[in-house]
Amino acid sequence: MGWAIALHGGAGDIPRSLPPERRIPREAALRHCLDIGVVALKANKHPLDVVELVVRELENIPNYNAGRGSVLTTAGTVEMEACIMDGKTKKCGAVSGLTTVVNPISLARLVMEKTSHIYLAFDGAEAFAREQGVETVDPSHFITQENIERLNQAKEANRVQIDYTQPIQKEVKAETHIADGDSQIGTVGCVAVDNHGNLATATSTGGLVNKMVGRIGDTPIIGSGTYANRLCAVSATGKGEEIIRGTVARDVAALMEFKGLSLKEAAAYVVEESTPKGNVGLVAVSATGEVTMAFNTTGMFRACATEDGYTEIGIWPSPQT
Amino acid sequence: MGGWAIAVHGGAGVDPNLPTHTQEEAKKLLTRCLNIGISALRSNLPAIDVVELVVKELETDPLFNSGRGSALSAKGTVEMEASIMDGPKRRCGAVSGVTTVKNPISLARLVMDKSPHSYLAFSGAEEFARQQGVETVESDYFITEENVGMLKLAKEANSILFDYRVPIESCSAGAAATDSPLQMNGLPISIYAPETVGCVAVDSQGQCAAATSTGGLMNKMTGRIGDSPIIGAGTYACDLCGVSCTGEGEAIIRGTLAREVAAVMEYKGLNLQQAVDFVINERLDQGFAGLIAVSKNGEVACRFNTNGMFRGCATEDGFMKVGIWN
Repeated sequence: MGWAIALHGGAGDIPRSLPPERRIPREAALRHCLDIGVVALKANKHPLDVVELVVRELENIPNYNAGRGSVLTTAGTVEMEACIMDGKTKKCGAVSGLTTVVNPISLARLVMEKTSHIYLAFDGAEAFAREQGVETVDPSHFITQENIERLNQAKEANRVQIDYTQPIQKEVKAETHIADGDSQIGTVGCVAVDNHGNLATATSTGGLVNKMVGRIGDTPIIGSGTYANRLCAVSATGKGEEIIRGTVARDVAALMEFKGLSLKEAAAYVVEESTPKGNVGLVAVSATGEVTMAFNTTGMFRACATEDGYTEIGIWPSPQT
Repeated sequence: MGGWAIAVHGGAGVDPNLPTHTQEEAKKLLTRCLNIGISALRSNLPAIDVVELVVKELETDPLFNSGRGSALSAKGTVEMEASIMDGPKRRCGAVSGVTTVKNPISLARLVMDKSPHSYLAFSGAEEFARQQGVETVESDYFITEENVGMLKLAKEANSILFDYRVPIESCSAGAAATDSPLQMNGLPISIYAPETVGCVAVDSQGQCAAATSTGGLMNKMTGRIGDSPIIGAGTYACDLCGVSCTGEGEAIIRGTLAREVAAVMEYKGLNLQQAVDFVINERLDQGFAGLIAVSKNGEVACRFNTNGMFRGCATEDGFMKVGIWN
């Protein structure tokens, strides 16, 4: 028993050759967000508040594919989506197709708390944002040069890609196999449990580079990218279409409930047996304070901490796994 | 065991005072759609084609809440959604916020077959429809006088309304409250109206498929997405079974209802009927919903915790049943 928290900044084909100037800021961001989450848990904040807080922070950091720094649609625009869920009550909120809302995860929370619905999208979601008076900005706020370059690269290769390929340096592109566009990253998420067993999960994303306008991924789909019940809280990342088919987040909980697997076993089963390699990663915590971070991709930006003092921040598989 | 099986639904949660002639119309429509599906299965059409065909028929008829006859949003507009899933390989497609496409289920199928994605919505979905050359119509094609009337009532009652085909003159917000103590989503059952339509089928190769389509909640906020296009909630199919749900969308999403049926079959070894019973009895908490399901072994099951569900089912050995009440 005790609190636990885990967060991710996306799973995918993150090359080991990732240059320091790209790796270090991202690691620092993970550390920073983990600290924020831990401080909140120690101050007895409810996990729902903790996960929202952490994901807001990740959305504000332009290095991750959520909020500012979201990848671009084929039209060069940003369409953000997010989802939040409370384990004990299974109340949830989701949004898609946001273009001006600074923190999509907070709008998802408002859908959950201020409407009788679960999911609002596009114009309707933007209208709700204005009614609620949340912070909105010009759409250009979210667009970064890096993502413009990623989009150009994807269009050249005429593919849809999950981001985190190196957008510049064509020579590097030729050398590394990641240039094939199948790098599969994107999405940020956070899961947390307090020492009363309250669980919560939150996920937020800009989606896939060069995605069709109007494309919805796994993030706002309860049971796919995001899920929490009394047993555990899960946030997934990777190739959205595979996560939907695999109902990844729900399956972790279902394996625990119906097959009696532990959190770690359930997460490992889902990424190793149920979904195709190179496509999926997830973070999860259980009601009893366990934490797991599992992925079948080259890497996953991640961090976790538990009340007994364990901390981990990483990108590639840990040596002992 | 084995052989084909099919089930259709036109929604769960029915006004006990539903006029007899409307009940008859509904049963006739369900029977007709069931027969279309049965013919298709007998001519060896794969399950995925069968469910699309049947749901198209249900969308085209204005009786139930999908396609033509869809419930209206708070602005009086139609925003349709649908999803389809093919059991082998679990391929899927979904659409939301569709306003001019005559058959949303067919657009969902195209998302599955012809796009790199699983789910397209609003202007992106409409754009894709144009690229694909599907049949589109003016939005008022989908709007019926009855639904315009129902929307007024719902606004008077100032609540979310599920839709149903009760003629306006025979009900009002005031009378409804006294007519019946039954409620769904906080509304008296005579104003509350279902639905969503759906079809599940297993073909003689044991392949399962599921399809669901709806206009959603009467008086919903624009942009509101319900359970019907959500894979794992309103629709799910895998090697073992195909499931389509209907009822209180929020409860179905929270309960990941369609996936739940398959999960207990897969992880607990329950058979189809046991799985369906378990899910409806244990997984709805305070919510009201129903579902139809088929298994790869040619079984069919329907279950609901509401007072009624428009439904029909048939199996290869000659069993056929159409019903509304429990």
